[in-house]
Amino acid sequence: MMNRVTIIFTRRHLNIDSITASESEVPGVFRYTIVLRTTREQVDKVVGQLEKVIDVIKAFVHEESEIVHQEIALYKIKTDSLTHSEAEKVIRKHHARILTVDPKFMVIEKTGHVEDTQELFEKLRPFGVLEFARSGRVAITKPMKELSSYLEELDE
Amino acid sequence: MPIYDALYDYEATVKHILVRHEQGAVHAAQGFARTSGKTGVVFATSGPGATNLITGLADAMIDSTPLVCITGQVASHLLGTDAFQETDVVGISMPITKWNCQVTKAEDIPAAIAKAFYIAQSGRPGPVLIDITKDAQFGELDFKYEACTAVRSYRPKPKLNTAQVAEAAKLINEAKQPYLLIGQGIMLSNAEQELLSFVEKSGIPVASTLLGLGAFPHHHSQYVGFLGMHGDYAANIKTNECDVLVAIGMRFDDRVTGDVSRYAKQAKVVHVDIDAAELNKIVKTDVAIHADAKEALNLLTELVVAKQHTSWLQEFKAAKKLEVETLQESAASLHSDEIKMDEVIKMLSEITQGAAVVVTDVGQHQMITARYYEYTQTKSNVTSGGLGTMGFALPAAIGAKFGAPDKPVVAIIGDGGFQMTLQELGTILQSDVDIKIIILNNRFLGMVRQWQQLFFEKRYSFTHMVSPNFVALAEAYSLTAKKVETREALKDSLVQMLNHNGSYLLEVMVAKEENVFPMMCTGASVSEVRLN
Repeated sequence: MMNRVTIIFTRRHLNIDSITASESEVPGVFRYTIVLRTTREQVDKVVGQLEKVIDVIKAFVHEESEIVHQEIALYKIKTDSLTHSEAEKVIRKHHARILTVDPKFMVIEKTGHVEDTQELFEKLRPFGVLEFARSGRVAITKPMKELSSYLEELDE
Repeated sequence: MPIYDALYDYEATVKHILVRHEQGAVHAAQGFARTSGKTGVVFATSGPGATNLITGLADAMIDSTPLVCITGQVASHLLGTDAFQETDVVGISMPITKWNCQVTKAEDIPAAIAKAFYIAQSGRPGPVLIDITKDAQFGELDFKYEACTAVRSYRPKPKLNTAQVAEAAKLINEAKQPYLLIGQGIMLSNAEQELLSFVEKSGIPVASTLLGLGAFPHHHSQYVGFLGMHGDYAANIKTNECDVLVAIGMRFDDRVTGDVSRYAKQAKVVHVDIDAAELNKIVKTDVAIHADAKEALNLLTELVVAKQHTSWLQEFKAAKKLEVETLQESAASLHSDEIKMDEVIKMLSEITQGAAVVVTDVGQHQMITARYYEYTQTKSNVTSGGLGTMGFALPAAIGAKFGAPDKPVVAIIGDGGFQMTLQELGTILQSDVDIKIIILNNRFLGMVRQWQQLFFEKRYSFTHMVSPNFVALAEAYSLTAKKVETREALKDSLVQMLNHNGSYLLEVMVAKEENVFPMMCTGASVSEVRLN
């Protein structure tokens, strides 16, 4: 299914900033959150093509202002670094959480917008970041209509 | 293998045609679908069998032709192992099928096939592919077939928005110079009668796209011609002079619009299409109606005021006259003993009274046929439009005959395209198909040569064709065949071919360096049609 969706973007040379996909609250229905920068005209055409895909139920377009969004980032740093008091300050200041501590390394988690997770990465870099991963955006729309109520309407 | 083994028991009930190449199978299925309005079915084996379908699938996808293709696949435990004749055909065909899937269990086969037919022929039709693994083919199940009538995520039947139709009718009623463009959507929705009623009541002039030819009778006084790069002068230039442009069941292909930024800017545009993604895709519309053509036309006819647009239609006639005269002058100045392609098509049109199923390949002969064959019957024009697939015509004609067994089927093919799928002469022989084949032989890949002449200083780079003895080739396949080289012998040869009982190949030697005009060059607008 992922391929059916992404080929619509790649064929038109539209770069996807991030894509997240997982099962929604309705079993068997997957929610894809795709972030891209393009024109309104182009995105409307893409929506038309997406909705033509037989297995796509509906494609919604939301501009930045219409959603609440978040992403999660994980950072692996050397446990030794924590002995450095500056590192502790950075972690506290950014409201990051320590997920696990191993004698050699520890994993820190930070959720926020991409600028926030990036900023923490920049701050941790001097202490040595062994690995850094982020999830891409998940989002909730501000309009009140829920996907499940939309699905119910469809089934009527 | 297991599918074919089962087929052996159904020889009497399932009509199976053994073709020579899988591409031929898809094109034949397309020909069948286009003349019958039904879904064509293709079987192919895994690996190369499946990849040979790709050109045909892409052609059917872009020309909205309903097909169900069933491919064999290696056993499911071998998937992903690079097994013998394994290809990821579902992955490969994804962008060129309306829907596809892989079945790995026998019990899933009936539902998949039911869904495939439902999807292929509903909404905007298209090709569907089902890949069935070998173990699923060998599996057994208690067979129970239930037709598929709905897929939750798929809405093929848009609900007609009557307010929008009323808005469109208002525009048409207020228009001084309304103009209607039709496409294949008319035939796919079986809306020919509704179209005729609407056109006659509203008095609107009608032009057709390449694939729409035949949906409206060409001898009708309100028919003004064929649209596009090699379309009729009047049909093209009037697009930029009308005040309301109504487009039904067509998709504003770039060969129709020319430069979109200078296309019908003066007009209010009404677009009716069953595929929502086509609305506002190329041309911005004032009223976009997401609907089945038949339903929309029914309501439009009710709402439009009965009118005649005599002086507006007269303008089309005047432009047509200019075109005819200019082309005649060119023909006179370039006169030679060589037969011209248009002479053949005009004569064929006259002899068959526009009632034959005419199948064309791609290139100059295709444009000439579209220009001069006066189609009087719906679903009688079979050609490769969107994809422009050379090699389409011969196999498509075979399928077209099975789709319209009571009509004469004439395939018109260039010397280049014929050599891309000529092995299907074997299918004609084996299945005793009655089709008439005309090869218009100009010893060139003519359309490319025309472009080389006009835009590349006559540098005829690899467009000259050396061909075999087509008559001898046809005779090798037990077809009756003849070659005609003189104007005097042309008419009798065509009559002889058409009256022949069984398949016949007629090779017509035509002018080597003939160009198709009118022509709208790349980047030109519909107002800038070259007549010579």
